[in-house]
Amino acid sequence: MRLNKIQQAREQIEKSCAKIGRLVQVMEVCGTHTVALFRHGIRSLLPKNLKLLSGPGCPVCVTDQGYIDTVIDLAGRPDCIIATYGDMIRVPGKNTSLERLSLPNVRIVLSSDDAVTLAKNHPDKTVVFVAVGFETTTPATAVAIEQADKFGLNNFTVLCGHKLVLPAMRALLSGRNDKIDAFLCPGHVSIILGSRAYEPIVKEFKRPCVVGGFEAEQILSGLAKICEQIEQNKPAVDSVYGLAVRPEGNKTSQQWMEKYFEPCDGPWRGLGCIPQGSLRIKDTYAKFDAQKRFSIAQMPAEEPCGCLCGQVLCGLIEPSQCGLFGKKCTPDHPVGPCMVSTEGACAAWYKYGK
Amino acid sequence: MCLAVPARIVEMTGDQAVADAMGNRWAIRTTLTPEVKLGDIVLVHAGYAIAKIDEEEAKKTWELFEQIAEMEAERGKAQGGDHAT
Repeated sequence: MRLNKIQQAREQIEKSCAKIGRLVQVMEVCGTHTVALFRHGIRSLLPKNLKLLSGPGCPVCVTDQGYIDTVIDLAGRPDCIIATYGDMIRVPGKNTSLERLSLPNVRIVLSSDDAVTLAKNHPDKTVVFVAVGFETTTPATAVAIEQADKFGLNNFTVLCGHKLVLPAMRALLSGRNDKIDAFLCPGHVSIILGSRAYEPIVKEFKRPCVVGGFEAEQILSGLAKICEQIEQNKPAVDSVYGLAVRPEGNKTSQQWMEKYFEPCDGPWRGLGCIPQGSLRIKDTYAKFDAQKRFSIAQMPAEEPCGCLCGQVLCGLIEPSQCGLFGKKCTPDHPVGPCMVSTEGACAAWYKYGK
Repeated sequence: MCLAVPARIVEMTGDQAVADAMGNRWAIRTTLTPEVKLGDIVLVHAGYAIAKIDEEEAKKTWELFEQIAEMEAERGKAQGGDHAT
């Protein structure tokens, strides 16, 4: 039955793309989609005029170098414990990475909860939680701040690097790459935001926004819906990711985010400043803000020489078009962030032999 | 960080719970999904349940994980066993 659905979706894609008769560029915003597309071999099933672009949907990849250098600086302080998700430790800063430094005070955590526990167990140290990620991880950081507040843990801080997906999609269409015809929207972020959140983008930019799942069948039916919408010139919001994505999203998570964070302009690696694309901790909770606690001014972010991650993240080039790809920049010795994370476009292209 | 895993809630006290996915158990929080109950299947992301999902959807993902694990094992063998993901 599933094969049947896959076949149906492929036929719809073929039919629509033939009718459209020009290059159709669909951006998959989520890094997990990039990996899933390779795992399922989906690119090879698509018509020649349908091109998939990997977007800025991997939090590791879009975290600017200034942020990473700040974490590395804080890791050098003996009075701090750095609590970070595992994927961040390999990202190179200007001179080194957390992994290369291999310091005993850098701890990998699986959830923000573990970071709070570290603060409880080490009252003589200040824990800095490396808070990166989109709307899927931000609510968990909010809960951690609440826990720290409740337990009176004044040694718990958050270095906020959280980002918002919608402003980035908007920024892409507003100039960085207006050749994008449609978005395959991220599944997990959409669980939090709700599918309705994409309606303003559809209205303003007339681009289909379809929330995709991660199975071959779901990705292909998502692409089929996108192609059909483009063919009929009826851009709309749709979802093929099952019941978990509700139109209104996860309201509880949204409330947690709103209580502790507010949007601000902020740097995205490779994309530059995205208006209202970052989050900062509200002033009411300033004592948990590592940036304020340690009086950190925003550091200037320099891109590594020759690294084209920025253009990859905008869908302007494919990873293999970067001069460093596979030569100076490999998963074992990454130069840019897209090669570090397993969800990064460059790492996925390298691994699956493109 | 981005990986979300479907898991069944097998123990629950307040918003602290134990989740089970394919026999692996770990502590999670249900703070962001106050509607879930013992026995429900949820999508767990970075230690937090973010949505209640149905068994059918969960099974599809579990199957996918098994396939990926098999594929990775084969790739690992093919590359001399030192393959890291």
